[in-house]
Amino acid sequence: MKIAVCVNHVPDTAAKINIGSDGKSIDLNGVTFVVNPYDEFAIEEALKTKEKFGGETVAISLGGDANKETLRKSLAMGIDNAVLLKDSNYRDSLSAAKALAEEIKAQGAELVFFGKQSVDYDNSVVGQLTAELLGYNCVSVVVSFVLDGNKIICEREIEGGKEVVETTLPAIVTAQKGLNEPRYASLKGIMAAKKKEIAEKKPADANNYVEVISMKKPPAKQAGRILGTDASAVPELVQLLRNEAKVI
Amino acid sequence: MANKILVFIEQRNGQIKKSSLEAARAAYDLSTKLSANVEAVTVGNEIDGLDKVGSYGVGKATHFKNGELESYSPSGYAELVAKFANENSFDILFFGNTSMGKDLAPRVAVKIDAGLAMDCVALNYEGNNIIATRPVYAGKALIDVKINSSKKIFTLRPNVFNPGAPSENKAEIAVMNVDSPNLSVKVTDIKKADGKLDVAEADIIVSGGRGLKGPENFHLVEELAEVLGAASGASRAAVDAGWRPHAEQVGQTGKTVSPTLYIALGISGAIQHLAGMRSSKYIVAINKDKDAPIFQVADYGIAGDLFEIVPALIEEIKKIKS
Ligand SMILES: Cc1cc2nc3c(=O)[nH]c(=O)nc-3n(C[C@H](O)[C@H](O)[C@H](O)COP(=O)(O)OP(=O)(O)OC[C@H]3O[C@@H](n4cnc5c(N)ncnc54)[C@H](O)[C@@H]3O)c2cc1C
Ligand SMILES: Nc1ncnc2c1ncn2[C@@H]1O[C@H](COP(=O)(O)O)[C@@H](O)[C@H]1O
Repeated sequence: MKIAVCVNHVPDTAAKINIGSDGKSIDLNGVTFVVNPYDEFAIEEALKTKEKFGGETVAISLGGDANKETLRKSLAMGIDNAVLLKDSNYRDSLSAAKALAEEIKAQGAELVFFGKQSVDYDNSVVGQLTAELLGYNCVSVVVSFVLDGNKIICEREIEGGKEVVETTLPAIVTAQKGLNEPRYASLKGIMAAKKKEIAEKKPADANNYVEVISMKKPPAKQAGRILGTDASAVPELVQLLRNEAKVI
Repeated sequence: MANKILVFIEQRNGQIKKSSLEAARAAYDLSTKLSANVEAVTVGNEIDGLDKVGSYGVGKATHFKNGELESYSPSGYAELVAKFANENSFDILFFGNTSMGKDLAPRVAVKIDAGLAMDCVALNYEGNNIIATRPVYAGKALIDVKINSSKKIFTLRPNVFNPGAPSENKAEIAVMNVDSPNLSVKVTDIKKADGKLDVAEADIIVSGGRGLKGPENFHLVEELAEVLGAASGASRAAVDAGWRPHAEQVGQTGKTVSPTLYIALGISGAIQHLAGMRSSKYIVAINKDKDAPIFQVADYGIAGDLFEIVPALIEEIKKIKS
């Protein structure tokens, strides 16, 4: 079986975000990029599935040359092949999904892991969009995954619990934290990854439906008042919550 | 051509979600500017009081009904909602940005060929355009977006849009029985986290961090949550230590929340934690380190020992509530 995993290259969650000079995107100065945290769970699940059932794994990333770093890391963790869909222009989620869907089809992958969300634009939709474009079944926000022949049984996280979901291949599964513990790349894996070729392809041009008009910082929250240093401040706190904030 | 707006009403166990009423009202507010018509669509089996969506501005609600659709089915729901929207030429769709809405909206988007703006926190109508504001980078920035395709889908962050006071109006209901829903993706069971309120849906949240020192002390978080009718949350440090389940994690890699009141106990306020809760209306921090970054976003703080302060706080609230 061919197993694919879609990996995004995003600013580190610890990064301070400032607005770039175009007023529509972030200032990249001093921002380090990493593998999207949820995509690490996707990579791990692809590797575990291959270890169990055999097959071949491929990591796909859409973006500029910098995304090779994330593909390299995927290879170092144990993914067999990597493809960069090279386009550093802005794409909305649907345009991104169209490019990924094309490549998944070209690869003939029947099972594809995504992260549940990119921690840049926080859309949480590319996996579902891609599945819909391909006519694949899809389960999102998955915290447990079992493959049994053609059948998939997952648990997906919902408010206050989990849904047990059943479906069949071909399918896309989007990974939530809790699905597994991503492995560290071994030294051997890192060395081997350095020698591997990353295939480059040019996806069809974006046809964006969604346009970013402007980006701004959220209104600065005024630092409030420190009411005291011990329990004697409690009555004042409760009064403020009751009378000023009117929340209790 | 006049716009037609469709609001997806989410039900769980036959109960309509508050976030759907918020979406209904937001849709109605927009419709008055566009002189558009607002209808609602829902999928499920028995649904309680569906006509109350009329109190939030919806004229008519169509209910696709089948026993097997009582639980969410991504394939079944998406097919029905998309077909209904296509056949009736709805061009603007609203969903709540809940776990169901986030899953369903993109599927419908492909089926009706719509652009998507997820997790909106504001909608404005300027010069014939709907401008949606949405947080990115976990709330460290906001973007304004415009959807240029003729069909548009917006999902709205729960707890942000005010549903307003309900009117006396009742919606006209059309029940459509569904013969054989598409169950290629099917929910077979729901495992509840022992009836606890989820942080993503709560109006008040009490969260605990590493400052609680161990899982045995989280009863302080839970007791304070209980007297306030709040959900309990946690920092990642508390989750990674195995003290609390991941479902309670607030922050960039947990849940993004916007409750009316957020109380942080023994949480330092790391950038990833702040990202998930800084849009709360009121923030209270209790931390023994007066320089902890959490105080920079807190409206009210007490810079002291939580083990002394929290029990006193619980007592004081009990007193005031009785
Ligand atoms: C990729 C990535 C993603 C992350 N995502 C998240 C996320 O989603 N959510 C999240 O929360 N974190 C996240 N983090 C982790 C984050 O960086 C912090 O490590 C974490 O939030 C710290 O948790 P804490 O505040 O409970 O612990 P600490 O930072 O250790 O703070 C504990 C606080 O308790 C106070 N304290 C101690 N004893 C007492 C007492 N007796 N009374 C009062 N106060 C006391 C201390 O003064 C201190 O400020 C992420 C990190 C990374 C790298
Ligand atoms: N540019 C991209 N290249 C590869 N995968 C992506 C890209 N953008 C999003 N994805 C995948 O889609 C998931 C959800 O992303 P999003 O819908 O943007 O939050 C991510 O976790 C990735 O698995």
